[in-house]
Amino acid sequence: MLIQGRSCGQVEIDERQVITLPKGLLGFESFSSWALLDSSQAPFYWLQSLDDSDLAFVILDPTLFRPDYKPDLSPADIDLIGSPKDEELLVFAIVTIPEDANLMTANLQGPLVINRNTRRGLQSIQTDTVFKTRHYVYQELAALGNNQEAK
Amino acid sequence: MLVLSRKVQEKLIIGDGIEVSILEIKGDSVKLGINAPATIKVFRFEIFQAIQEENRLAAASTTILPKLNLKAKQAD
Repeated sequence: MLIQGRSCGQVEIDERQVITLPKGLLGFESFSSWALLDSSQAPFYWLQSLDDSDLAFVILDPTLFRPDYKPDLSPADIDLIGSPKDEELLVFAIVTIPEDANLMTANLQGPLVINRNTRRGLQSIQTDTVFKTRHYVYQELAALGNNQEAK
Repeated sequence: MLVLSRKVQEKLIIGDGIEVSILEIKGDSVKLGINAPATIKVFRFEIFQAIQEENRLAAASTTILPKLNLKAKQAD
């Protein structure tokens, strides 16, 4: 199907890229239909709304900077996305990129979790206070031994 | 909004099986006990608000994506 994306313009996608978030995202509850798109810059992906072409989020695999990150899913979460097996669970952190990209942050308190089998997902609120809405990605990568800054 | 007065040790029932107890009142702080089915999620409102706010900021991110150099990861 042909869709309109915020960053990519018109693009053809496969129906397997279409994700349903029955509860939307917090603050964006009425947006349930989304697509997962590759970005021009790995390892980022786009979560593109299919209801509003101007609405899209940059997302990232949080284990790139937190290798042991595993969100805790409540029974209600699991119910909503249809009891994923471990290998069926996709986990993404939503990324905020300010003007100075060195200050890019990732949200580990509200990860996006998707059952790749049912292609249903949700933003799962984490109650573990270790996880914040703003983790500085470059700082955490540096702590892991990746010496770098935004280019 | 429904407004109710409760004393310490008193309770409220909300819907089917959500029980809220007033456990302790100390100064301007109230300690609540909540019994709810596992399918009902209970969060501090601030967490909810913080994630909403961050989502709004994230939605306004630039579409020019920075480079992430993941050498150490690839060397694993």
